[in-house]
Amino acid sequence: MSWEPDEMMSVAAARELRDVTACFVGIGLPSTGANLARRTHSPDLVLVYEAGAVGAKPPRLPLSIGDGMLGETADYIAAVPEIFNYWVQPGRIDVGFLGAAQIDRFANINTTVIGDYDHPKVRLPGAGGAPEIAASCGEVIVIVRQSPRAFVETVDFITSVGHGDGPGSREKLGLIGNGPTKVITDLGILEPDPETCELVLTHVHPGVEADQAREATGWELKVADDLVTTDPPTDEELRELRELVAAR
Amino acid sequence: MRTHAEITSLEDAVADLVHDGDIVALEGFTHLIPVAAGQELIRQRKRDLTLVRMTPDIVYDQLIGAGCARKLIFSWGGNPGVGSLHRFREAIQTGELEIEEHSHAGMANRYVAGASGLPFAVMRGYNGTSLPEHTDTIKPIACPFTGEQLTAVPALGLDVGIIHAQQADRQGNVQLWGQTGVQKETVLGAKRSIVTVEEIVDELVPKPYAVVLPRWVVTRVCEVPGGAKPSYAQDYYDRDNDAYKAWDAISRDKEKFAAWLETL
Repeated sequence: MSWEPDEMMSVAAARELRDVTACFVGIGLPSTGANLARRTHSPDLVLVYEAGAVGAKPPRLPLSIGDGMLGETADYIAAVPEIFNYWVQPGRIDVGFLGAAQIDRFANINTTVIGDYDHPKVRLPGAGGAPEIAASCGEVIVIVRQSPRAFVETVDFITSVGHGDGPGSREKLGLIGNGPTKVITDLGILEPDPETCELVLTHVHPGVEADQAREATGWELKVADDLVTTDPPTDEELRELRELVAAR
Repeated sequence: MRTHAEITSLEDAVADLVHDGDIVALEGFTHLIPVAAGQELIRQRKRDLTLVRMTPDIVYDQLIGAGCARKLIFSWGGNPGVGSLHRFREAIQTGELEIEEHSHAGMANRYVAGASGLPFAVMRGYNGTSLPEHTDTIKPIACPFTGEQLTAVPALGLDVGIIHAQQADRQGNVQLWGQTGVQKETVLGAKRSIVTVEEIVDELVPKPYAVVLPRWVVTRVCEVPGGAKPSYAQDYYDRDNDAYKAWDAISRDKEKFAAWLETL
């Protein structure tokens, strides 16, 4: 089967959730990837949504993070203060799945404003649950389409901290999670360099050249020496993904 | 001594309890959003309100577009799965609306502080983000035991807390169930409260994941069937996703919005 770049992105995101117990799910692309994982290789994956559903098993993709089917299929429903204070803050969630409007080379995320805060060019929705998810989940996986508008030299606003201004930043800030470990895009996968924390292109999806990823990045993107091509989506992955999206 | 919540019409409750300039929260996280109560605020032309809500959605877009709000305290403003709230967005971009912006965790803790009768709550959050530079109600605080640097956020100081629930009984005991967000804290953290309900019943039957608000902590109960539409009320009706999608075109166009306002 052939596939669209967005489908490859969701499949690549889902694959990152093998051997994960609990994943905190943002709405949109992150929700697609997380639900695909649960429907394919990880049926026991615990999906946590910020409106209170813990262990949600939605039969289709929810439009909103508090949809009825999330609560009705959950193992447990927590009140919102409990979600953040008891589940996120102490680091009980292994992986946070987040989107971004802007992301920089240290995987700091902006979902607040484009332009000046007091006189914004574009006002975005804001923080939601993301700052604390980014701070305290064991690791963070960012799912975002790659373009020069999104992958910028400097984010206009740090809504959620990635690796701050480089090595040691997270420790200094007292953030208990490990921060972003992967950024999954429609072109490939970026990972922070273990020494410098700067995002490096480590995977390209089938049919994508490293130069395409470079051109879609607003800083001089480093490419790994041992650049790997992502395995193409299997028929089963595509079938499940399309069923999930069509049922919406 | 108050032993019962007073049961009145929504019109009377809003007229009696909400005053121009009040700090008012309408809560409900996707589920049980008090839409009818919000629209009653518009109908009664309340002005200069400081509106509080974690996730301002279409009813806040309506309140802002109708000119009820002076200031908004929030953590995520959008039409989930659809896009922007255009009245909200325009009011911020033109500087007409003052904002005080937090994260969900920060807002949740501000509600908890209010419900607890404390001046502030302590949390681990915001470190390294740009939010403290722009929001005065985020301050660092050292743990008095370990010295760890934490964050303090103040109680919201609500004048009025407004929520929607599935049921109340005739004494004004309230029960809501399913995903209940910060609604308990909204009522307990406010000087006055209005709870609209799907129905008033003779006896409340306990439900899983229920929040029960005893009659003596609720000021007014108003029977408003369908009062959360187009959001949903578990076991009563589903979310009307099409209405959320349709709102985009109305909100985007000032004239269409003005025409919609006339129909209210």
